[in-house]
Amino acid sequence: MSRSRRRAAHARERCSADGDKPVRLLGGGLYVHVPFCASKCPYCAFASEVRPERMEAWVAAVLREASGQTGRWGTFDTLYLGGGTPSVLPPTQLERLLLGLRRFFRFARGCEATLEANPGDVDRERAGAWRALGFNRLSLGVQSFSDPELVFLGRRHDARTARRALAIARDAGFFNLGVDLLYGWRDQEPQTLRRTLVEVARFAPEHVSCYQLTIEEGTPFFCRNETQPLVAPEEEQAERFLRVSEFLGSRGFEHYEVSNFARGRRYRSRHNQKYWRRLPTLGLGPAAHSFDGSRRWWNFRSLARYLDAVGATGEGREGEETLDRRQARDERILLGLRTRDGVALSSLSLSARKRAFSAFVPQGLLEARRGRLRPTPRGMLLADRLALELSQDASPDERRGGGQRS
Amino acid sequence: MRRVRNFSIIAHIDHGKSTLADRFIQHAGLVSERELSEQMLDNLDIERERGITIKSQTVNLPYTAPDGAQWALNLIDTPGHVDFSYEVSRALASCEGVLLLVDASQGVQAQTVANLYAALEHDLVILPVINKIDLPVADIPRAREQISSDLGLDGESAYLVSGKTGAGVEALLQAIVEHVPPPRDTAEEPLQALIFDAHYDAFRGAVISCRLFAGRVRPGDEIRLMSTGRSYRVEEVGVFRLRRVPCEELAAGDVGYLIAGIKTVSDTRVGDTITSAQRPAANPLPGFREMKPVVFSSLYPIASDDYLSLADALEKYKLNDASLVYQKDSSAALGQGFRCGFLGLLHLEIVQERLEREFDQAILMTAPSVQYRFTLNDGSQVVIDNPAHYPDPGSIRKAEEPFIRATIIAPDRYLGALMKLCLDRRGTQSDLQYLSPGRAQLRFDLPLAEVIYDFYDRLKSVTQGYGSFDYEIIDYRESELCKLDILVNGERVDALSIIVHRERARARAVIACERLKEEIPRQQFKIAIQGAIGGQIIARSTVQPYRKDVTAKCYGGDVTRKRKLLEKQKKGKKRMKMVGDVEIPQSAFVAVLKSDED
Repeated sequence: MSRSRRRAAHARERCSADGDKPVRLLGGGLYVHVPFCASKCPYCAFASEVRPERMEAWVAAVLREASGQTGRWGTFDTLYLGGGTPSVLPPTQLERLLLGLRRFFRFARGCEATLEANPGDVDRERAGAWRALGFNRLSLGVQSFSDPELVFLGRRHDARTARRALAIARDAGFFNLGVDLLYGWRDQEPQTLRRTLVEVARFAPEHVSCYQLTIEEGTPFFCRNETQPLVAPEEEQAERFLRVSEFLGSRGFEHYEVSNFARGRRYRSRHNQKYWRRLPTLGLGPAAHSFDGSRRWWNFRSLARYLDAVGATGEGREGEETLDRRQARDERILLGLRTRDGVALSSLSLSARKRAFSAFVPQGLLEARRGRLRPTPRGMLLADRLALELSQDASPDERRGGGQRS
Repeated sequence: MRRVRNFSIIAHIDHGKSTLADRFIQHAGLVSERELSEQMLDNLDIERERGITIKSQTVNLPYTAPDGAQWALNLIDTPGHVDFSYEVSRALASCEGVLLLVDASQGVQAQTVANLYAALEHDLVILPVINKIDLPVADIPRAREQISSDLGLDGESAYLVSGKTGAGVEALLQAIVEHVPPPRDTAEEPLQALIFDAHYDAFRGAVISCRLFAGRVRPGDEIRLMSTGRSYRVEEVGVFRLRRVPCEELAAGDVGYLIAGIKTVSDTRVGDTITSAQRPAANPLPGFREMKPVVFSSLYPIASDDYLSLADALEKYKLNDASLVYQKDSSAALGQGFRCGFLGLLHLEIVQERLEREFDQAILMTAPSVQYRFTLNDGSQVVIDNPAHYPDPGSIRKAEEPFIRATIIAPDRYLGALMKLCLDRRGTQSDLQYLSPGRAQLRFDLPLAEVIYDFYDRLKSVTQGYGSFDYEIIDYRESELCKLDILVNGERVDALSIIVHRERARARAVIACERLKEEIPRQQFKIAIQGAIGGQIIARSTVQPYRKDVTAKCYGGDVTRKRKLLEKQKKGKKRMKMVGDVEIPQSAFVAVLKSDED
């Protein structure tokens, strides 16, 4: 057996131990949570603050946290700066952060390095600086190409700014661009959504994330929603979801996760796939979560508590859990069913498999292919429900007969 | 002369019976003030939660009179619910006197009246007691007034107490000694002891609570239970002082317990007479009767594989509850289970709760039913308590259902609403009396089937809590009946069938379909619910399918949260029964009986 084939076989083995088919995403991923925004959006419940004076302390804390993890993670093949709004960080702080991270961790050649950016923060100078720092993927929070919609969403930018930001990013050499969109509120005009999608398709980014508006507790939208519903009725949400999927599909985008579309497999978000495939990820910064294959742990959400904790112990950890076999299986099912790659049949109990083939496959929610059950777009719409149906435990017959393979 | 007094406390629910009993216990020095924080006599969790007494309890209270004489005051606590009225009657038969407790803020209520009649039937001396005099809203003159006018007792001589603060308790104990008649001294006659309760002890078997009316009994004696004729050797006798305190003998007039190697509670019968095997009494004490279940329901394990475990749990439960009867049952939709008979709906709920809590069973119960009587064309008679066994409609010559006589007491401003409620439930009025100005007592004859489900709740609601209710079963009356079937996605679910009055069938079917629509969770596909009589569909509703059930985002931080949610949902799902492709929650089986009035 040649060396490369042996390596491939080894890779396959490592993956199938997790019930997943072989993929080229073996390394860990590094996530850094940037808890700063220029202003808070009324629908967003992510941990972020409008306090630039704390950036310096935050960078120092992240690096201190990183120093404690050095040597434990092999080579990272993705880096993801999310938030918050990472693009509000001045390039000097970004540089400090990245130089520090490179000191503590190894990054693979061709590492996917993503920065989330607000269109209003993108100018030639910054875009160039981001490229120079090694970022090769930009995820732009466009949300919509309609000004009234952007006002409704409380965004600081307008459609023109978004168009300009996309053009600047391309010019600066970002050949892997992601556009984030938001849709699905009660009085959203279907025509407006369509116009936004048409424009996105015309620009042809490599990746599109299309999120249905979710009302999160503790946000201004949550309060508004109490008195007057902001989200569309379920039937309408479902219809729009399918329309978005169909439209982007017709323009060459693969619907590879509930809210994510890529122009071909290679442009899927390598980093985010690690979450759905349960590959190791280290999260630094407040509210960041980490997973090493068997344990999950998470940092304090509030920046102040995170800074205190790191100051005191070198870690920002608030809690952790170790997964047992059943929990790991539940995760495989619930995460797998969100993605087009689906879930391995071997992860399911016999009764769940029976149910899938007697009900969900005939109903057109799942497709069976190469030992996996893959959700159709209609299946993705019901991913949480399907996970509940298919994560049922083995029946007593199975427990006795050992009918379960995994 | 034996210094013994036997008494009971009777009261409407929540009038403070248990609190007063606890105060007696504390006064007798059986517990400290600190231990009194929890009610002593209500031993079961369910009793404490619901504030009612389910099992009778007795306690032997040592009491030193002001003259220094030592007394034994036996308090026989009675169950506080109409489902257990026979047990109440046997407990009362064991006393010479009762304290009739009236809440100073609420006055006389339906159960107060019903209890008074029961006490009068047993020829007991009745001491009226006004309780809760510490409450700011206490209205003592009004309570006195009602005792005089509604009950025909002397309200002016009523004792004033507060179970909560202990005020008036000493005076009341003195009154018990003074006014409750002493038991007759018949210790030299052949043994006659009345069983008024029994409970199960894992090591000793049945522990019988009894009142001796004649003779004596001591360990080593051979006794005979007169209804079954079976003999046992007495191992231990004693009195209850929150725990069992053995003594040398029990003699005529005493109340205590007896252990005689009787394996289960079901081998004893409340109301039976214990006598001596060597020197038997000529006759049993009067009033014995077999307890008959009134309400029937089927019990199924949620997971069919748990059938044996449920069978085991029922058997163990039955050790301590002789009034539960059950036999095997099976349903096309739900598989193997048990058909159970209960004394009433509260009894049913208690059994359900205890099986779930104490025996860790995941069960579902079908809608309760009463026992119907059918005369068939060939002249034979069948009694049906399970809709699944409903006879072929063509073969029925006559159908009959059990009726009750309800006694309802409420302020007269609610009369209109009450009459409407009773008439809606196919009631016929038999009597209306004014107990005092503004307070009416209404008597209605109603089909039992119309009362078992939510009648009492409705009554409470239409009278804003001021109405009280009591009933007795009177007779069987001819009725127009039919069986209402429920179809879920075209399949008949036998366990959802109910027997209804023909005239109301359509309305009931519509309500049942609507209720089920609310109870049955949505699935990925449409669920049709239909009500049918014979082959004819008379009502339908639809559970719309899920169109979307997925969160928009799921990244690193969401995985744990989502998995925990999934775990919780899985637990909820375990409590549902799969019928074909559809999950039906426990609540649905009872929902078919719910009225549309709320």
